[in-house]
Amino acid sequence: MKIGVLVKQVPDTETKIRIKGDASGIEVDGIKYIVNPYCEFAVEEALKTKEKIGTGEVVILSLGPTRTVDVIRTGLAMGADRGIHIDDGGISMDSFTVAAVLAKVIQNEKFDLLFCGKQAIDDDCAQVPQMVAELANFPQVMVADKFEVRGDKKGAQVHRRVGGGAKEVYDVDFPVLIGCEKGINTPRYASLPGIMKAKSKPLAVLKAVDLLGESKPRTIAVNYRLPPERKAGKILKGEPEQMARELVKLLREEAKVI
Amino acid sequence: MGNILVIGEHHEGKVKKVTFELVSKAAELAATLGGEVDAVLVGHGLQNPEELGSYGAKKIYVVDTPKLEKYNTEGTVKVISEIATEVKPSVILGTASSLGKDFFPRLAARLGAGLATDCTDLKIQDGKLLATRPIYAGKAFVDVKFETEIQMATARPNSFQPKVTQAGAKAEVVSKAIDPGALRAVMKEIVKGQSDKVDLTEASIIVSGGRAMKNAENFKILQELADVLGATVGASRAAVDSGYAPHDMQVGQTGKVVNPNLYIACGISGAIQHLAGMRTSKVVVAINKDPEAPLLQKADYGIVGDLFQIVPLLTQEFKKILAE
Repeated sequence: MKIGVLVKQVPDTETKIRIKGDASGIEVDGIKYIVNPYCEFAVEEALKTKEKIGTGEVVILSLGPTRTVDVIRTGLAMGADRGIHIDDGGISMDSFTVAAVLAKVIQNEKFDLLFCGKQAIDDDCAQVPQMVAELANFPQVMVADKFEVRGDKKGAQVHRRVGGGAKEVYDVDFPVLIGCEKGINTPRYASLPGIMKAKSKPLAVLKAVDLLGESKPRTIAVNYRLPPERKAGKILKGEPEQMARELVKLLREEAKVI
Repeated sequence: MGNILVIGEHHEGKVKKVTFELVSKAAELAATLGGEVDAVLVGHGLQNPEELGSYGAKKIYVVDTPKLEKYNTEGTVKVISEIATEVKPSVILGTASSLGKDFFPRLAARLGAGLATDCTDLKIQDGKLLATRPIYAGKAFVDVKFETEIQMATARPNSFQPKVTQAGAKAEVVSKAIDPGALRAVMKEIVKGQSDKVDLTEASIIVSGGRAMKNAENFKILQELADVLGATVGASRAAVDSGYAPHDMQVGQTGKVVNPNLYIACGISGAIQHLAGMRTSKVVVAINKDPEAPLLQKADYGIVGDLFQIVPLLTQEFKKILAE
């Protein structure tokens, strides 16, 4: 069983976003980077699945600049077997070109199962996993909050969370791509021996430009900007009954939302 | 030709509000592009698709098959990509719902189209689509330009107003018998949630509770207020992490990003991740004991006080005026 995990490095959720002077992107100085939270669930689910099946290999794939190696090492310290860093070399890419490059590596590696996060919390595109599934010809189950390997170990039952607290239950054969949602598991911490061992695990480096082929970006993001600040509004005063009555009146007559 | 194809959504055969919103916006864009708006509906037992005509749609391509009674990603992609290849729209629009989020990227990859997801605004600039979308859960915004012939976007629910522009007009319904092909990841069943409420991401009113709710039991008072308003109940990460509410109720950067007309925050201080997740709400009400709570500074209306006193009073007051 060969399991691939797609991992992305993103700014910490505490980051206060600042925009570059020319509006071409966000200011990256001083940003602390973390493993995208949803990708952490993906690493954990891959490790659990390998343990359940009893044999196999977990490979962490990540595309990004040199610093991206940190998130691969984190995955290796958690217990993954090897890593592949695809260096973007500073070229500008969109969801499609990222997916095209990842799909190429995935096809070369011939994975039986792919885990990824349901989305990255930086650009929030939520496009790459489904595009990878299309380009590498995998079926997909996104926003999965439960994954259980079937008795025959050739497939799994997967719960996909949809609107209003409802779940769709899928029965899938491998290979399949699973996009992990919060709640699917609790990621393990890397142990100290795990961190030491990770240093000697194999980590290959590929270059995105060598894998791009004819693929070109299909979208360009421009005019990065901060949202208008929400202005402070009215603070109501008085007794609770009075404030409740006034609020209801304002929502109906001034804001007109009731 | 600058035709726009809207991929509609339905609930048990009934066309959803988000689709009326999207067709209305598409009609506005099509007027600038000089094309027409058509729509696609896929599923089984679809009712009254011609109603989209009064919102500006001309033709509705309907694929009604028991094979797609339960949603299937690859079946949906195959059917829509065949229609798109035949009718050659220059823009394809969908909804950033659990469905649209699932199949649009795959459809875009198949059609060789650029895609902007979860957009809060769409316009036409120099004959091309320009899509505005939040990033970092709303801490910043970008505009997306397209390099492809077909331009695709999904819009966040509640971003546009449904507008009847041609009252009584009926769209032409074109039935398409397209085989969804061999289905791989197959859905066996749908397990319904505890409530039949509109999902947070589509709700037009949300009542949310934070750590100050103290326990799961107390969320009952928010539910009572929500029931009166036809609202959906949400929660902050602090409340979810404390076990007061399940994760699918979480609003914020690692939960749901919401876009309601009215957001009522009860006992939520307003961490940066929470503010990001509800920033595009049209009107925000904050109720908090702590006058220094950051959310009180960002709210349109703030009440400094005990939510356990205020919320039941609000429920009573709303009941009164809604009964009038």
